[in-house]
Amino acid sequence: MTDGTYNYAYLDEQTKRMIRRAILKAVAVPGYQVPFGGREMPLPYGWGTGGIQVTAAIIGRDDTLKVIDQGADDTTNAVSIRRFFAKVAEVATTTRTEEATVIQTRHRVPETPLSEGQILVFQVPIPEPLRMLEPRETETRTLHALSEYGVMQVSLYESIARHGRISKGYNYPVMVNGRYIMSPSPIPKFDNPKLDRSPALQLYGAGREKRIYAVPPYTPVKSLDFDDHPFEIETWEQCCELCGSKESFLDEMIVDDDGKRLFVCSDTDYCERRRTLPEAAE
Amino acid sequence: MKPLLSAKGLTRRFGARVACRDVDFDLWPGEVLGIVGESGSGKTTLLNCLAGRLTPELGSVTYDSAAYGTVDVHDLSEARRRLLSRTEWGFVNQDAREGLRMGVSAGANIGERLMAVGARHYGDIRRTASDWLDRVEIERDRLDDRPTAYSGGMRQRLQIARNLVSEPRLVFMDEPTGGLDVSVQARILDLLRSLVDSLHLSAVLVTHDLGVARLLTHRLMVMQGGAVVEDGLTDQVLDDPQHAYTQMLVASILPV
Repeated sequence: MTDGTYNYAYLDEQTKRMIRRAILKAVAVPGYQVPFGGREMPLPYGWGTGGIQVTAAIIGRDDTLKVIDQGADDTTNAVSIRRFFAKVAEVATTTRTEEATVIQTRHRVPETPLSEGQILVFQVPIPEPLRMLEPRETETRTLHALSEYGVMQVSLYESIARHGRISKGYNYPVMVNGRYIMSPSPIPKFDNPKLDRSPALQLYGAGREKRIYAVPPYTPVKSLDFDDHPFEIETWEQCCELCGSKESFLDEMIVDDDGKRLFVCSDTDYCERRRTLPEAAE
Repeated sequence: MKPLLSAKGLTRRFGARVACRDVDFDLWPGEVLGIVGESGSGKTTLLNCLAGRLTPELGSVTYDSAAYGTVDVHDLSEARRRLLSRTEWGFVNQDAREGLRMGVSAGANIGERLMAVGARHYGDIRRTASDWLDRVEIERDRLDDRPTAYSGGMRQRLQIARNLVSEPRLVFMDEPTGGLDVSVQARILDLLRSLVDSLHLSAVLVTHDLGVARLLTHRLMVMQGGAVVEDGLTDQVLDDPQHAYTQMLVASILPV
């Protein structure tokens, strides 16, 4: 009990138990979407209700929580969720990637490599990678069950036929453990290679659609492609205006009415570390 | 020789209405079997039962598969049946929109079966797709157009290409030329005839058009009220109909 109003970590124990069961199943079957009884959370759908329920189910007093939104620790969404757990779960919070044991994220994977024992919790708007190709839930489930993924490849083919390359830049579909096609949530495809054989546990929570899925540590995650059009990540001609990084994912910002543009790291913690500690920039 | 497809006592009802009753036949390799009859006589239901899209209440359908040996179509697991239907079988719908993905280009439509069984080389898939466009007499430069930009006859030809690209052994066709004007019909019939010949296809063709049946099929079954009332070699059935209903059908062809 924290203040006599809410149970520890907001959700009641039965709900957390149910979510943990779903997580265990998801970990046991990498990439498979496990339905769970999603609860109403004190924030709107689309703001991370899935991620916040997963975090609530796994967090404990010893944990250190980091929350990022589009790579940044200081946006409204990230700050609110961080404060929420600091209050209801009495956990330490941090913005430092290496210090965190649980990282809840929206739209990015941190630039700093993750390590064993860390858990990355993704907020997922649309868990079904085949949804835009096949609207019927009964049918997409059958397609997953039978590993019938021709239609996904059709969409990539169509993209090359239309644009000369696979134009999908975010939410780029991946094959997990050679079995299930999974939506990596709307992270840029730049982050896809970080999912492959990551030492950290990845949990994905979709609140509106009430699905949880997972990628256990060191699981192969392959971005779909064609032999003659291999998967590629974005590159920039510019480097970060603030820290000079050439390796990180850059956001383009318009800074005045004349259309002056600036490229900066999307991962604020990574960028700040490089600026304050010159040896980190080496 | 073993029959490729064999139906025994197929019966399917919708509520109290009998759609097809006690249908028996064998389809031999290389043979094109026509099913004719008026609307509502159970032709399409029978075809769907044969292709595993509908489950019959009684009877069985056995298929002599290249990969799995002789199988009962309705006892197969769904995974097997779906695999069979996109490798060894084809299904040509009357309405091309049901058989095509209207939102993606012709190339993607033709390539889908290839990708579904593991093709992962864009250039190869594209080459095969444009070869098939050629074979069904569509200009190669229409490869990246969506079927929405195609005429009705071209859509139907695209649907045929999409089905035949996996080199099936057996094709189910439900009124492949229905709803097309006669000159387009004639071209598609020509095309089907030459493809059936060159690929040694077997086919079950449902039609209400006796002209189509005469041109394409080797053998004919005449259905009325869900039952087969007459069957035999196509020429025999059409030139010397024995059953009163077949006589009526043949007599109702409009002379030109």
